[in-house]
Amino acid sequence: MSLVTNPNLKAPDTAYAALLAAHKGMTEPESQALNARLVLILMNHIGDDAVLAEAFDLARSTG
Amino acid sequence: MAYDYRPFPYTAPPGLTAPEPRHKVVIVGAGPIGLALAIDLAQYGVPSVVLDDNNVVSVGSRAICWSKRSLEILDRLGVGAKCVDKGVIWKVGRTLHRDAEVWNFDLQPEPGHKMPAFVNLQQYYVEEYLVTRAMEFPDLVDLRWKNKLSSLTQTDHVTLTVETPDGPYSLEADHLVACDGARSDIRGMMGLDFDGELFEERFLIADIEMQGDFPSERRFWFQPNFHPGQSALLHKQPDNIYRIDLQLGWDADPEAERQPDRVIPRIEKAIGHRDFRLDWVSVYTFQCRRLARFVHGRVIFCGDSAHIVSPFGARGGNGGLQDVDALGWRLAAVAKGHDPAILNAYDRERQHGADENLLNSSRTTRFMSPAPGAERMFRDAVLTLAAKAPFARPLVNSGRLSAPCTYPSIGADDPQLPTLSRPGSVAPDAPLPQGWLIDQLGREPILLAIGQPAPKVAGLKTLELAPTPQLQTRYLGSAPSALYLIRPDQIIAARWLSATPAVISEAAKSIWKDRT
Repeated sequence: MSLVTNPNLKAPDTAYAALLAAHKGMTEPESQALNARLVLILMNHIGDDAVLAEAFDLARSTG
Repeated sequence: MAYDYRPFPYTAPPGLTAPEPRHKVVIVGAGPIGLALAIDLAQYGVPSVVLDDNNVVSVGSRAICWSKRSLEILDRLGVGAKCVDKGVIWKVGRTLHRDAEVWNFDLQPEPGHKMPAFVNLQQYYVEEYLVTRAMEFPDLVDLRWKNKLSSLTQTDHVTLTVETPDGPYSLEADHLVACDGARSDIRGMMGLDFDGELFEERFLIADIEMQGDFPSERRFWFQPNFHPGQSALLHKQPDNIYRIDLQLGWDADPEAERQPDRVIPRIEKAIGHRDFRLDWVSVYTFQCRRLARFVHGRVIFCGDSAHIVSPFGARGGNGGLQDVDALGWRLAAVAKGHDPAILNAYDRERQHGADENLLNSSRTTRFMSPAPGAERMFRDAVLTLAAKAPFARPLVNSGRLSAPCTYPSIGADDPQLPTLSRPGSVAPDAPLPQGWLIDQLGREPILLAIGQPAPKVAGLKTLELAPTPQLQTRYLGSAPSALYLIRPDQIIAARWLSATPAVISEAAKSIWKDRT
C-alpha cells in the first residue's frame, strides 16, 4: 500500500471543522501537545512503515 | 550488610629482577571482562598475565543486571551457579508514569531454560567469584595486582612498561587485550578516540541498605511524584541492598549532588522513609560511543574500553561478556598458532553487537532525556496516552534489556527452520532427558542432529537428540528433523534439513576462517 494523496475525506469541510473543534479553547502549547497525541494515534492506526515514511517525506518537503 | 572489601595480595613480579619470556597474552584490567577472558583462555589451556592497577574488586554495585546470556557464559566459565544462587532472580519490569503503571514486560515468558532471564548481583560479587575461579588455574592465570601499565609500543609484538610498588618493569606479549574499562588508559596511549554521542544528562546512582519487602522486579518511573519532572529506577540486589538511579538534569553539579546531605533527602522522598543506610553514591553522564575498530594490530579492545552505552538496558557488562564470548576461542586458537586473521571476525561481529547496543541505548536515552521541543512533546504525548490507550505502551522506552544480537552473514540456512535459531544466533537452551542442552554445547564445534542420525565427519563432535516439544519449537518448527553446526561460543554456524559429510566438513572448517 502507498500513501493516499488524492482526496479521501467524504466531507472535507466537516472533517476540517472537526479538527479545529478539537483544538478549540486551547493555548498554543496545549494545541501542540494535542497534535503530538493525534500524530501518534494516527500513526498507530496506519501501522505501515512504508506509508508513514512517505507521509514524513511529504510533510518535510512541503514546509 | 555491607560488602567486606578484602585486598588481594601484591607479590613482586618476576620481571623486576630478570627479563620475563614473551607472554602469549597480557590482559589489562581485572574487572569482570578481563577476568572472564583470562578464565576462558585458561579453559582452552592458554596462559595469560592479568594486570590491574588496583587490588580490590569494584567499589559500589556498578554492573548489576546479568542477562540470561551472560549467565550462560559465566556458567561455562565455572561461576554461573554461584551467581544465580547469590543473585536476585527477576524477569518482570514495570514502568510507571507519575504513580500509575503504564507498561510491563516479562523477559522470560516460557519455561525450559537452565538460566533465568536476569539476576541482579553487584559487580563486586561477580568479580570476587571470577577471581576465586581464576585462582584455580595457578599455572595459566597470572594475576598481578597493583601492576599499572604506563606505556606500550607495538611491532610484531607488544612491549609494555608496568609500574609496581617496587618500581617499573618491562613485559612483552604476542597480544595485549585492553579490558581497562570506559576510561581506558590504553585507548589514550594509542591516541584512539570514541565516535558517537555524549548526552547532556546527569544521573545520581546509589546503593542503599534497608529492610524491605520490595518484589524482585525492575521499577522505572517517569515523572514520579517523589521526584517531579525527572525519572527514577529501582532494583533489588542481594544482602538487602537496593539500587536507585535518579535523573538530576543536565545542569546538576555532580560534586554537590553526591554529598550525603543532598543524597539522603532525595532517597528519603523516593522510598518514603529514612530507615536506610547509604552504601555507595556516584554521579554519571550518559554516553553512547564506540571505537571505530576493536582490533588494532596486536592490541585488542574488549568491553567498555571498546564501547560505552547508557546504563538503562544493562548492555554494558552484558555486552562486554559477549565480547569475551566472541574473542576467547579465537584468541586461544591464535595463541596456539592459528592465523591471526580470525581476530577480524571478532572485530566485525562485536562491532555489529556494539552497534545494536548503541542503537537501543541511544533510543532509550532520547526517550528518557528528550531534547526540548518536538522530542520532549512526543515523549510526553506517549506517556500521557499510555495510561489510556494500549497502543502507546510499547512506545514507552525505559530501557530495552540486553539480549544477544544475531551475527550477520554466517553459514548455510534453511528458511523452513525457526527464526530464533537462525545462523548467527545463540543456540537456544532446552531441557534434555538428563540436564540441559546448553551444557552440551561450546568449547569446540559440535554437530547437533535432531531427529536424524548424525553424518560422520572426521574430527567433529556430534550429538544426536530425539525431538522433544522444546526442541521442536526452538530448532525444528514444522520440519521433522534438522542438523545444526554450533561454534565454540554456542553460536549457530549453519543448519540444514539434511547435509552430506562433505558439506558439513566445509562449514566446520569455515568456523575458523575470517570470511570478510
